Amino acid sequence: MRRYISAYFEDEENLLRAAKDLKEKQVSIQDVLTPFPIHGLDPILGFKRSRIPTVGFISGAIGCIIAFGFQAWAFIVDYPLFIGGKPHFAIPSFIPITFELTVLFAAFGMVFAFLIQSKLGPGANNPIHDERITDDRFMIIVDLDEAGNLYELVKEILLKEEAQDIKVKEIDK
Amino acid sequence: MEEKYTLKRKTQYGILSIVGVGILLLILGYFIESPNRQELWANVLINNLYFLFIALFGGVFLALHKISYAGWYTALKRIPEALTKFLPISAALMFLIYFGMHDLYHWSHEGLHDPILEGKAAYLNIPFFFARMALYFLGWIGLTYLLRKNTLDQDINPDLKYHKRGKILAALFMVFFAISSSTMSWDWIMSIDAHWFSTLFGWFIFIGMFVCGIATIILLIAFLKSQGYLEYINKEHIHDMGKYLFAFSIFWMYLWFSQYLLIWYSHIPEETAYFAPRLNDHKFLFFTVLIINFLFPFLALMTRDSKRNIKWLSFVAVIVLIGHWLNIYMLVIPGTIGKTAQIGLIEIGFIALYLGGFLYVVFSSLSKTPLLVKNDPLLEESFHYET
Repeated sequence: MRRYISAYFEDEENLLRAAKDLKEKQVSIQDVLTPFPIHGLDPILGFKRSRIPTVGFISGAIGCIIAFGFQAWAFIVDYPLFIGGKPHFAIPSFIPITFELTVLFAAFGMVFAFLIQSKLGPGANNPIHDERITDDRFMIIVDLDEAGNLYELVKEILLKEEAQDIKVKEIDK
Repeated sequence: MEEKYTLKRKTQYGILSIVGVGILLLILGYFIESPNRQELWANVLINNLYFLFIALFGGVFLALHKISYAGWYTALKRIPEALTKFLPISAALMFLIYFGMHDLYHWSHEGLHDPILEGKAAYLNIPFFFARMALYFLGWIGLTYLLRKNTLDQDINPDLKYHKRGKILAALFMVFFAISSSTMSWDWIMSIDAHWFSTLFGWFIFIGMFVCGIATIILLIAFLKSQGYLEYINKEHIHDMGKYLFAFSIFWMYLWFSQYLLIWYSHIPEETAYFAPRLNDHKFLFFTVLIINFLFPFLALMTRDSKRNIKWLSFVAVIVLIGHWLNIYMLVIPGTIGKTAQIGLIEIGFIALYLGGFLYVVFSSLSKTPLLVKNDPLLEESFHYET
């Protein structure tokens, strides 16, 4: 059982200030849900740089090698055919498929890496903090697990920035 | 915020010495290599096109961002505007080609009795060739002049009408450029090999121009920043320029390969006649162009940090600029000089001479107006830009 406190903001400026205050008071923010990307929020929340591009590069490189290697093997070793008077090892004709598979592998690699890393996908348990989190307002969710007396402090900061619907929710996990 | 670039003595001497080296190399090259008329004219054409492309891209950059409602570029607007100031000189240099027509364009000769060229004579004839040239330059110079004048007027008068008028001018430029960039590349480059044609050629040239122009703007930003100007251009803007360089280097290769693959596959003599001399006589340059225009920027600019590092980005930009000069060299040379072409003192001399002139025009144009535009409604957005 974990306890969270959630609240809505009307304006992203209020959210930014509240998040900054909370971070200064060493309160851990579980998540922020916004209808559009907010500039300057990532550094406040202290997000680490995503490693998705590295996954993309590696899976893309694997796709490139598999595509090129398989075509070379198929056309030279396994079933050599003369097509249009070209040599068996005809690099230009391999390029489009190599390109496509590189893109495909990179894309799938990144999607699955993202799903695994953020524990999404079939059977995932995603607690819904409020029914309106995908609406037009800015929501902040704060962890209340660490200390019990945090509630008053958090509420004070949130109210200072005109937060609405402040409530505590218990979620099994 | 008022900032004005002053052309320092040191920079002036630098430009002057580039011109000096160019003239010296040309004189030396003339006596040592004793080039024929054809080689000299081919060099004039290559450098004309190269610096014309960079200058013209200034207009494309402005118009493209204006009509796409982009805000981030507003703070660096004066740099592409300064590039377009070279266009009138480019025009004058391009009309010089009149005296070298017969050395460059085989189709311009009289009495060829060539059925293919006779079929194309309605388009490829000398009067129409220069009429088109005049039309292109009229459009480009006129519209870039108006675009530039519009922002200069906006500096004085904060009225919103200049912003709206700029959009109309930018749209007009884009339409004119879309057609003229394609026909310009047929006229000046593709018609060197007059029997051959490719429907993709205009795009290929346009993307080459895009990469050259972005690389030049990156180098100008890096230079101005090293002199202590452009404080408001931060890593986010640099990152975007890097993305452009990266993406359009890939797109350049995409178009190059799209053209090559079809010709290689169908293997029809009329079409392979274009690639045969390039692959057989200039094998080294042929593959060098591909490596330094695609493979190098592709690997060098892949990570986020490399695009945000201005020093590394300028290094890549220099390499890519060399690569695209070689690309134009490879487009022009096999159809004019052919097998015997070599890059020597004459070639480097011509580059230095043109580069010196180009830099002088751009820097003196930068020093005439404040480096930062005023009253642009999107200027504030540009300062707070974040990718």
